[in-house]
Amino acid sequence: MSQTNIPGPIKATDPDSTVPAARRRGSATLLIGCVLAGAVVAVAIVSLFWVPFAPEDTSGGRLAPPGPPHLLGTDKLGRDLLTQLMIGARVALTAGIGSVALGGILGVAGGLLAGFATRWLDDTISALLDILIAFPTLLLAMLVVAAREASLSSAILAIGLAMSAIVARLTRVLVKRVLAQDYITASRTSGTSWPRVVAEHVLPNIWPTLLVNLALQLGLAVLAEASLSYLGLGAPPPNASWGRMLQEAQATVLTAPLGAIAPGVLLVVLVVGVNLVADGLRDVADPTRRRTR
Amino acid sequence: MSLLDVSELTVRSADGRALVSGVSFTMEPGARLGLIGESGSGKSLTALAIMGLAPAGMTVSGSVVLDAPGLVRTEVVGAAERRLNGLRGRAATVVFQEPLTALDPLMKVGHQLAEPLRRVRGLRGAALRKAVLAALEEVRLTDPGRIAKAYPHEISGGQRQRVAIAMALACEPALLIADEPTTALDVTVQAEVLALLDGLVSARGMALLFISHDLAVVSAVTDDVLVLKDGEAVESGRVLDIVNTPRHPYTRDLVGSARQLDSALDWSRR
Repeated sequence: MSQTNIPGPIKATDPDSTVPAARRRGSATLLIGCVLAGAVVAVAIVSLFWVPFAPEDTSGGRLAPPGPPHLLGTDKLGRDLLTQLMIGARVALTAGIGSVALGGILGVAGGLLAGFATRWLDDTISALLDILIAFPTLLLAMLVVAAREASLSSAILAIGLAMSAIVARLTRVLVKRVLAQDYITASRTSGTSWPRVVAEHVLPNIWPTLLVNLALQLGLAVLAEASLSYLGLGAPPPNASWGRMLQEAQATVLTAPLGAIAPGVLLVVLVVGVNLVADGLRDVADPTRRRTR
Repeated sequence: MSLLDVSELTVRSADGRALVSGVSFTMEPGARLGLIGESGSGKSLTALAIMGLAPAGMTVSGSVVLDAPGLVRTEVVGAAERRLNGLRGRAATVVFQEPLTALDPLMKVGHQLAEPLRRVRGLRGAALRKAVLAALEEVRLTDPGRIAKAYPHEISGGQRQRVAIAMALACEPALLIADEPTTALDVTVQAEVLALLDGLVSARGMALLFISHDLAVVSAVTDDVLVLKDGEAVESGRVLDIVNTPRHPYTRDLVGSARQLDSALDWSRR
């Protein structure tokens, strides 16, 4: 570097004056993610008010090829594929959002408790979480289904419970890390009460990481629901689920490939979209990352 | 009536080692005491113990009595958390060494400064915003409006430390504990921040407990000094006496190395 390049005294930069490149790239990711996930959300919302055919309508004939009136053809029972896909979008989103809500609330609450706990209580909660994480989600789902019934809410319960352990462990680590920071001690030396420290400093500082993780968990939950319904542990007919559609189309994949391809593609679109949103949120949610990188 | 009366303060780590042992000193209102010692000598731990904030797992014994005007005389060691919390800030507060980590990275500077102002002075809304700007101006920050809207990582180290000082002053403490407040700063900025701290403490009539490893810095702002070595107070007295006639070998080392630096500077000036 030449001598003329010595930087002058560092001045406060106005946070609003420039939009750094990282932030712009972050919002591009966010935009693409929103478009992909938003398309699936739009389809799900439309399915609440209108579907081309009734889901249990089998009048179209078996395995009809695409063309009017069945735009994407029919499945092996003669049900309209487009109708099934639209309802499947609704089921996938309900499963994803439902399990993230359940897992998020249980996980963050448990993680906060463990994060503030000392010694034996912390050790006990951590051990419980490790056991829960090691417990196969599939086995948990089978137990829940056995205790209740094969339904969407059972799937959400199973996925949410499994997720809560992962979220709790992350929250615990984040809380411990924030509590060790100087600004917590500094805040306490000025007489800030514990509840206020949590609300003003702990939660805002763990939130960006937690938000990104919950968004990623949403994508995983959609995939988990598809796997469960593929195995017959998800929502029962006539509610279509992409996982079950894949399973039903499996035998006829060579004669009517669209029946397997369409739900597969939608699953990919939704999960990729959600993951891109998660990635985009990472840059938007954390102001310290806006300048660097 | 002393503002702070520390007697036989001992802090032990979880495995029983004494990190601070038998330290005693008193501070009158408005007094200035320097706490000097190398890193690991228990200076910062003493400060935290005075606040009743010794890290979890450490046991504190002895006595720390805070008696600030307008507040109930309190024995800090063994006091209930609720009692201590009422005391922190108003009776005593701390300015830390590294302002980047002592400020919440995700909270705008103005918002952080508003917190003690709201709590201590009960300000809200427009009055609070005005008080925030006034507090930033008081620590000689130019363009307080911009600083208030910035995040800590967006301003310089010297600016951050001024913000931290403003936050401590916002609590209107009777005793300000400054834990190596200039160590993390550039030498030129150090002198400015030191002068600022000196002026503000005199203007408000606060007592100052100044913690440093640097004898020259301590002698510039305090009247009395207490020398800590391995958690024990080895020497105490007026700054001038200590500098002129150090008795303990460690103090002699400190003074000697400060002299060496001085004479090196003198030599280079010639």
